[in-house]
Amino acid sequence: MRCLYCGEGIIPAIGWGKLFSREEEVLLCDHCTKQLVPIEGECCVRCSRPFDGLAEEFRKGEFCYDCVRWEEDKEWTVILEHNISLYVYNDFLKGVISRYKFRGDYVLSKFLCKGLKKLVKEYDLLVPIPLSIERLYERGFNQAEALIVESGYTPTVLLKRTHTEKQSKKSREERILLSNIFKIASEEEFVGKKVLLVDDIYTTGSTLLHAAKLLKRQGALSVSSFTVARG
Amino acid sequence: MNLVDSLRNALAGKQLLREEIPFEMVDSPLISKRPGILFDKKGRAQCNRCGNSDKELLAEFPCARCGKKCVYCRACIMMGRVSKCTPLYGWNGEMQEIVATPLEWNGSLSDGQKVASDRVVGAISHNEELLVWAVCGAGKTELLFNGIEVAFASGKRVCIATPRTDVVLELTPRLQTVFPSIQIASLYGGADDRHQFSPITITTTHQLLRFYHAFDVMIVDEVDAFPYSVDPILQYAVRNARKADSSLIYLTATPSQKWQRDCRGGERNFVTIPARFHRHELPVPEFVWCGNWGKVANKGRLPSKLQKWIEQRLLAGTPMLVFVPTVAWMAKILTLIQAIDDRVESVHAEDIDRKEKVLRIRKKEIPLLITTTILERGVTFPGLDVAVLGSENRIFTESALVQIAGRVGRSADKPFGNVTFFHNGRTQAMEKAKGQVVMMNKEAKAKGLID
Repeated sequence: MRCLYCGEGIIPAIGWGKLFSREEEVLLCDHCTKQLVPIEGECCVRCSRPFDGLAEEFRKGEFCYDCVRWEEDKEWTVILEHNISLYVYNDFLKGVISRYKFRGDYVLSKFLCKGLKKLVKEYDLLVPIPLSIERLYERGFNQAEALIVESGYTPTVLLKRTHTEKQSKKSREERILLSNIFKIASEEEFVGKKVLLVDDIYTTGSTLLHAAKLLKRQGALSVSSFTVARG
Repeated sequence: MNLVDSLRNALAGKQLLREEIPFEMVDSPLISKRPGILFDKKGRAQCNRCGNSDKELLAEFPCARCGKKCVYCRACIMMGRVSKCTPLYGWNGEMQEIVATPLEWNGSLSDGQKVASDRVVGAISHNEELLVWAVCGAGKTELLFNGIEVAFASGKRVCIATPRTDVVLELTPRLQTVFPSIQIASLYGGADDRHQFSPITITTTHQLLRFYHAFDVMIVDEVDAFPYSVDPILQYAVRNARKADSSLIYLTATPSQKWQRDCRGGERNFVTIPARFHRHELPVPEFVWCGNWGKVANKGRLPSKLQKWIEQRLLAGTPMLVFVPTVAWMAKILTLIQAIDDRVESVHAEDIDRKEKVLRIRKKEIPLLITTTILERGVTFPGLDVAVLGSENRIFTESALVQIAGRVGRSADKPFGNVTFFHNGRTQAMEKAKGQVVMMNKEAKAKGLID
């Protein structure tokens, strides 16, 4: 068996525990696993931003400064309930995510989706952040949707992009200004339901907040989000 | 330039993904399409770009383009995804013509280089395969000049491929100087000469994955270097980038055991350059036994023989490279040597200051650098002495040791130097490395190539 990321051979540990319990399939070698750093310890209760290594001025009690700014703006108050991110967006994860979505190495979703399974029960709908038609054709798959599919659940494609420009090239201000990035694309009933948005990275949160705002305005009970990395 | 010309420049001799072509695509009989993934009779898949057929490296995904489960190749995914529904684009029309280009070089070849150069010319003219086994410091680049000129004169397109980006960066200006009238295409990860057509392409073996039946002359430099030597995909890329009728020239200072056997058995066409261009002998490695040096080092002491070796050279002002087997040992040995002289530094593969540190030892600001095998090739400076601590370690293969020894005595001003292997038991690799150096010196003497 080989590591899904670096291709090095994995030697499985053998023991009674392994024989008698149904453990999760090992996908990464030890070296890669070590570099995938889970977000632990103190972090922003709203967006999962780790406080470790963050200067005091970017923190206000249990919130990070970014979230304080979002919440202070009336338009954005209580739009996105909570964002759960699993890993610190370090150089290793940058490499993994870039190979996953830009090079298009689909099978990496098998380990990137791992943390999603545990969360699913609490929500009614799993909604991937959509790609534009052009981007979807270019990449061949939607990286957010793949995370849901690979964790064994069915995505509800509620949203559609209204324009095509790349998010990653814009500043925070520009992203916030854009008012209608998304529109509703499905007949699926979501009024009064608990929605979990799924994406690969939470950077400024603007993409997720825009999606959340649209769904809340149209009647969703609550909107939270799951992202693999907190940028 | 019209559209057809720029399309041809981008596509001739290539196998590109749609995303790699900077033009609007049109359906044209001039543009060829080959399937990205091939299937044999039993339905087994193979990547048509890199040749990978390892099942673990061929995966499936629900593809938004074809709307089906689509097989894709994971082995070459860093160059963009090849999948069942993505064709590899190439060129069906005429190739660009190669015109005769005179060599503008005033230098002269050493006797050893001359012999090899003539053989290279022969191999290129007759589309043959040839191994040039040239000792470190023989001057490998110059012996290609005549062959390349002959290739251009007969309308042949040339490629020099190497596993190492460093070598691409080093060779490009040297060849550009002697063929000033042509624009050389220089390719490595991150380079932007990608869509330029040139009579001569200097590239990493990785970038060859984008070529298909392109070259009449394929020269592979440092065939034995990592990762080419262990990666079947890169070897496939070299085969795939050549035209059916073409010459193949390998350059190396350290051919593998198998290749050495093939040469001796007469199964491989080869030529040796057993002496350096400056006509002095290669320094022969000395073996110094220093017992269980690891145990001594763990107790906080340097093996006394190594300590003495270093102290003598510190006094004489001789720059030194000390090779150790692992990064972990590097850190330990560094602190021990720094106790003698605190200017000592270490350098490893992921070190961002690598180039700067090498520069500083050249300027004699650092008297000694400790390193792992990353500096075994390419790096050298005048008047250098080299020690290997723990040369019995598996990582020090025959070819690694020959390359390490080859750092010493390179310059014509200072053609001598000392190479010492500090060990805890002689290995076959050590004996063979020494044997290779001794053999080359003997051959050079017999051929009158050293004074």
